[in-house]
Amino acid sequence: MKNTSPLNTEPFIHIKPKKGLQLINFRELKQYRDLLYFLVARNIKVKYKQTVLGGLWAVIQPFFMMIVFTLFFGKLAKIPSDGIPYPIFNYSAMVAWTYFAQAINQSGNSIVGESNLISKVYFPRIIIPFAFVLSGLMDFFIAFFVLILMMLYFHIYPTFMVLSVPFLIILMIMASSGAGMVLAALNAKYRDIRYTIPFLVQFWMFATPIVYPASMIPEKYRLIYALNPMTGVIEGFRSVLLNTVPFPSDMIIISFLVSLVLFILGLFYFKQVERFFADVI
Amino acid sequence: MSNSIIQVNNLSKQYHIGARERINRTFREAVVDTLTAPVRNYRNLKRLTKVEYDQPDTIWALQDASFNVRPGEVVGIIGQNGAGKSTLLKILSRITEPTTGEAKLFGRVSSLLEVGTGFHSELTGRENIYLNGAILGMRKAEITAKFDEIVDFAGIETFLDTPVKRYSSGMYVRLAFAVAAHLESEILLVDEVLAVGDAAFQNKCLGKMQDISSREGRTILFVSHNMPSVRKFCHRGVLFESGKIYLDDEVNKVVDDYLDSGSATFSSRTWIPGDRPGNPFFKISSITLKNSEGTETSAINISDELIVEITYEVLGDGVIPQYSLVLSDADGNCIFGSLNNYEHDHYGKPLPKGVYSSTCKIYRNLLNAGRFFVTLIGFNNNWHDEFKIENAVSFHAHDDGVIKGDYPGNYGGPIRPLLRWHTRRTDIT
Repeated sequence: MKNTSPLNTEPFIHIKPKKGLQLINFRELKQYRDLLYFLVARNIKVKYKQTVLGGLWAVIQPFFMMIVFTLFFGKLAKIPSDGIPYPIFNYSAMVAWTYFAQAINQSGNSIVGESNLISKVYFPRIIIPFAFVLSGLMDFFIAFFVLILMMLYFHIYPTFMVLSVPFLIILMIMASSGAGMVLAALNAKYRDIRYTIPFLVQFWMFATPIVYPASMIPEKYRLIYALNPMTGVIEGFRSVLLNTVPFPSDMIIISFLVSLVLFILGLFYFKQVERFFADVI
Repeated sequence: MSNSIIQVNNLSKQYHIGARERINRTFREAVVDTLTAPVRNYRNLKRLTKVEYDQPDTIWALQDASFNVRPGEVVGIIGQNGAGKSTLLKILSRITEPTTGEAKLFGRVSSLLEVGTGFHSELTGRENIYLNGAILGMRKAEITAKFDEIVDFAGIETFLDTPVKRYSSGMYVRLAFAVAAHLESEILLVDEVLAVGDAAFQNKCLGKMQDISSREGRTILFVSHNMPSVRKFCHRGVLFESGKIYLDDEVNKVVDDYLDSGSATFSSRTWIPGDRPGNPFFKISSITLKNSEGTETSAINISDELIVEITYEVLGDGVIPQYSLVLSDADGNCIFGSLNNYEHDHYGKPLPKGVYSSTCKIYRNLLNAGRFFVTLIGFNNNWHDEFKIENAVSFHAHDDGVIKGDYPGNYGGPIRPLLRWHTRRTDIT
């Protein structure tokens, strides 16, 4: 690449004010895939640095929430749990929910949090929220491992549909990154988002079958209910791992479609506004 | 010019500067203001990303800049703070987009606007080399191939697996520069990054960059306030003034012009009401340099005193303004700072709303000859609400020979205080 002669060649980089619709440059993303890898690695390495309990934190949060929910919703309010012990019924949902809540919180705050990077160096910005969504998977798998231990303890075994778990995880990642990208992009300009996210997560949690089963929702509303993408994920996990209800394929299809729309919308919106990040951050 | 590697055509960039803070005088006003704030805030935030011409709270950080750079050229970009140099580099490195105009770059670009961008203090040197390399656009294999070279250049072999938070600042900067210096690209954009680090390392970095340009034929745009290194290192200079290109010529001509024309020094800065720097309690309206006769000047003799006059407006009753002046040399090294808390009979008393003027006298016979910059840092009561006006004014100190006496040589260092000497004979009592 020495002494390149740019005579009569197309510009390598053409800088001008962008107009109209911005499309995703997949070739460039591919070039920067190592950056995604190193950012994910950084997030994982740094997360529990200088903590006493380290990776145990990944379990403590969902596990203790499960104990609280079991006491209040399982024992006191006697909310049904699809015929399995309430603790595992709830924990199976908390595993996915904790991931989702942390992923949208971290990716939603990621652009503002990495303002130093954004104002000093160019790279496809989309990598930042993505790195946070992906690095959260570490905690998810640790918590998931505890779920397996609980299944052994309660003698509950998965159905053959357990093969759909990877698909459910992808669904979960799509929903998280879709929401995360929208929030991150909005947050760059409107810092209200930082205060909105904890709120949103709480409301969203009660709109998701975590402390109660989806079977409590009247049949006719259930497909509307599945418009919440996490509904499909959590009911899916329960069905295939804990054999609570038959595989809810209709709900999962709706949740999948909504996640897909959310994901594309997030990607799209992020792409339209990312060029302003350095100026407003 | 068709054989340029960089073509910049009428590049302009507009920024919104923050709207003026409102001051509430009554409780009722304050309540109404708080309640209507969301509507106002939303409008202000929404405007941030819009282009607006001739609005009072917008500025053109860069205006109609056009130039071409041939492959292998090393161009020094110089000018005052706020002249548009960094904005230009930010646009060329695609961090921010221009408001109008365009630029074409015929080659891979890497930019070094800051040393160690993305370094994480908890990660080790090794991990940071990879992370930083990837952030700067290198592939993993590329970094691995250059890893030994990078470590060698930085001279941190023994600390490779130590978290960088345990590094000395010198080691940190060396490592950070080493990564950036090993980027493979045809165009390198460098902003005042060498202001950090010790002189020996700065020379090493400049040497490395010279190497990059002469041996590998790479093109470099180099922003610096350090005129000797610009002269030494660049072929061509581009001088920016208030967002526009003022001069584009052979490097020594441009640097001479910059240093001589007085455009390199600012004896006074005055801000218009909507644009005044400060905090919600008081705003600076002007900073002026004067000599002992009270004349505004940006050139003093080192045997004369220099007076820095600050005028400010206190926006409400009971404000206790606190501020300090920091003097630094042409390379950005801090020489000394002085706080207004030394003014015992005035400091610490709450001031009523109004306009004030405060002066600080820099003794005669204190500074060495050279260029100096004055930075103002302001606070409100208890050193809160800090704001900083970096290099607000600057001046030249000339050696008029009064202190020098019969000594023919030069003095080193930024200061040359006149100290008392005393000699006596000790072998006879």
